[in-house]
Amino acid sequence: MALQDTIQVVEPAEEPKVATDNYEVVHEKSKLFYPEYERKSDLKHQTHYCPGCGHGVVHKLIAEALEDLGVQDETILVSPVGCSVFAYYYFDVGNVQVAHGRAPAAATGLKRACPDKIVIAYQGDGDLAAIGTAEIVHAANRGEKITVFFVNNAIYGMTGGQMAPTTLVGQRSTTSPWGRRPVNEGFPLHVCELLSSLEAPVYIERVALSDNKNIMKARRAVRKALELQKNGAGFTFVEILSPCPTIWGKDPVEARKWVGEKMIPNFPLNVYRDRKVEIPNNNAPPHKTVEEIVSGERKAAAEGMVPGRQHHFREMGIKIAGFGGQGVLLLGQLLAEMGMREGLEVSWLPSYGPEMRSGSAHCHVCLSKERIGSPLLSRPDVLIAMNEISLRKFAAQVAPGGTILYGRERLPEDVQIEHAQVICIPASEIADKLGSAKVANVVMMGALLEETECLSSATAMKVLEAKVKNPALLELDRKALDAGRVYIDHTVAVGAVTQADGFAQ
Amino acid sequence: MRQLCKGNVAVIKGAVLAGCRAYYGYPITPASEVAEAAALYIPEVGGTFVQAESETAAINMVYGAASAGVRAMSASSGPGLSLMQEGISYLAGSELPCVIVDIMRGGPGLGNIAPEQSDYFAMVKGGGHGNYRNIVVAPASVQEMADLTILAFELADKYRNPAIVLTDGFVGQMMEPLNLEYREILAPPKPWAVQGTAGTRKNMISSIVLEPDELEEHQRRMEAKYIRCQQTETRCEEYCTEDAELILVGFGIVSRVLRSAVDQARKQGIKAGLFRPITLWPFPSTELAACSARAEKILVVELSNGQMVEDVRLALNGTKPIDFYGRVGGNVPTVEELVVKIEEQIPASV
Ligand SMILES: Cc1ncc(C[n+]2csc(CCOP(=O)(O)OP(=O)(O)O)c2C)c(N)n1
Ligand code: SF4
Repeated sequence: MALQDTIQVVEPAEEPKVATDNYEVVHEKSKLFYPEYERKSDLKHQTHYCPGCGHGVVHKLIAEALEDLGVQDETILVSPVGCSVFAYYYFDVGNVQVAHGRAPAAATGLKRACPDKIVIAYQGDGDLAAIGTAEIVHAANRGEKITVFFVNNAIYGMTGGQMAPTTLVGQRSTTSPWGRRPVNEGFPLHVCELLSSLEAPVYIERVALSDNKNIMKARRAVRKALELQKNGAGFTFVEILSPCPTIWGKDPVEARKWVGEKMIPNFPLNVYRDRKVEIPNNNAPPHKTVEEIVSGERKAAAEGMVPGRQHHFREMGIKIAGFGGQGVLLLGQLLAEMGMREGLEVSWLPSYGPEMRSGSAHCHVCLSKERIGSPLLSRPDVLIAMNEISLRKFAAQVAPGGTILYGRERLPEDVQIEHAQVICIPASEIADKLGSAKVANVVMMGALLEETECLSSATAMKVLEAKVKNPALLELDRKALDAGRVYIDHTVAVGAVTQADGFAQ
Repeated sequence: MRQLCKGNVAVIKGAVLAGCRAYYGYPITPASEVAEAAALYIPEVGGTFVQAESETAAINMVYGAASAGVRAMSASSGPGLSLMQEGISYLAGSELPCVIVDIMRGGPGLGNIAPEQSDYFAMVKGGGHGNYRNIVVAPASVQEMADLTILAFELADKYRNPAIVLTDGFVGQMMEPLNLEYREILAPPKPWAVQGTAGTRKNMISSIVLEPDELEEHQRRMEAKYIRCQQTETRCEEYCTEDAELILVGFGIVSRVLRSAVDQARKQGIKAGLFRPITLWPFPSTELAACSARAEKILVVELSNGQMVEDVRLALNGTKPIDFYGRVGGNVPTVEELVVKIEEQIPASV
């Protein structure tokens, strides 16, 4: 039943395959910002960053490296939330601005979509080491082939000087007014050390913008990380200890000095990881066409179609219940599959979740000549109860004049059922005798088909043949199906009400 | 030719057909089979499946993939959708298309895993921050799980906006015949995407617009596309409404039970009919008003304490008496239960 049959589409019936009135807006940088940043212009501010801010230096190092590597066209920069939220103003590359802390996740999506491009995530310490801790750890652990530049200025710049996860012990901020107290705020987080405990990363280094010598080292690190990515290596990470003169309340020169004197002793500069990592690529998925996936089991179903069979009902609802492991859900699926092959509309609705964990399961199967309304059966025509609990729980739901197939030899003595016909089938015993208690559900199927004639046993065999690949098991199923049918045929007179002793009157 | 298929699996078959090549998600009952089917099928056609560390990460991975112009999706249930709301707001603000499936379960909090429709407000009214809309489609069958997922991808691309496939645990868990013929489905060109090429170098994906005038302009433009969407994309289904004195309104699994209840009520001589919104946003208000014009009363049934009923009230604007019947906690009303409710509205004409 195609969508068009069931839905009154308000639009004209024939829609073009590709929508013609697409929304064509292409977003670019705001015209309110300067199109270019000339180093020696007479503007008061070169950038939106404060004078002496480390972000500007890091931008320059990255931009130079991109130019030297000749990858400007291939580069995608993911900018964070923080003072560098506007990083995209300064990089004439593809730009994606993302939510606070999520740059490694967005970069994952981008890199997987564009595996041969250069994807950079640029993040501050609040962004990466607080709100985005999970994202950075897992991107690193998956070995995403991206480069992350982590600007650690030991403070939240953008929001005006709150404590960061990297704020030093004793360092004052607006939210650690007496200085960071480990007893309340814990210790500074060492991200390079943390990430270097993982298998996948290929390059992790911490550098600092404390003086020219260290800035040169930082330049080499930035370049190396990008070069590695260009060459298809794995996860690369550079932490840059960086001044924030404004929030620290220092002039640019003092701020640089502070990086060297206070930050470096707390965050040792080091190459924490520099190695080639061979990541095994086992169990690669097979290649399939869309057609194969979309219509996967269709061919098998086509072979088993049983057209033109007459059914004596307009709609028939079957509820199947028992312990988990008795094949209750599977029996329902088999019946639905059979109904479908006989050209009926079918639905199968399982109980799911904790109920199943507690050991019982049930499902509803609806077979119908017309489109099915509720797949949830409140008044099933047939109940297949594989155990006593199910019988007690669901027998009363069965429609008056309906049928209960009870999978035990006799009804419990205190159970009286008058509104429906009850047939007892010692399914487990029968199945046991055939060689496996597991086929008790197929015994019940045989009984159902024989008693109600809702579907044909030839269809049952076709479906079983399609589902059961092991010939010995298939033979067992065939025997079980027959045994169920024969039990009804020989033991129970049609239309009879079975008494507690299991024999028909 | 038909195949017996689970609703949650049909979503992915539809997605593969629609050209979805990126799935990022996190498991949760009763939506996990969507992720499981994606893990199986999407890599087989050369796409990406990643089980993310959280729904927060998943939706941002979708954001990244969508930025590159790939048809991308995720799926979850209530608690996961709560975590995704920030990301959905960013996707809408950055005008990125993607599909998100919500197989609703009982809430609030951990609630339970049985079916509810209580995420209606969160998904249809938009649970994230800011002025934006989600396009929301509401499948009620396994066939529609595939068909409406395809539609969701098309609408998402057309309007450059997230589209939500909103249904409940029963529709996700049940199996029905699925008839899906292979056909070529082309995505529109995406000149706005960021793909690491010379041609897309100038492009920018962003939701930050600092200048009030610019942000207002951005929002006005979004508003205009939302209005266009409301004018052209509503979809609904009517059953026995021509002569109905009582119009029942329900979506998802409820619409299925209501359909049976209509049949039952008609057998008892009660002229009941069913109006089923297929798009929840845009809500088919005009169609509902037209179909209700001839009726005396409206009864809205939901697996919630009354969420969609607000849109029905807005659509009918006081022209008809509207009553509400809701079950929550994972209880789905039976046909008999609904027939009793119908009888209470319109006593059988004897
Ligand atoms: C979900 C969310 N929470 C909070 C904020 C507010 N916020 C913006 S930037 C920021 C901290 C940024 O600090 P950091 O990452 O260290 O970058 P810096 O500004 O120091 O460069 C915060 C908390 C936000 N934008 N989003
Ligand atoms: S507040 Fe600090 S981090 Fe932000 S721009 Fe100013 S100096 Fe740089």
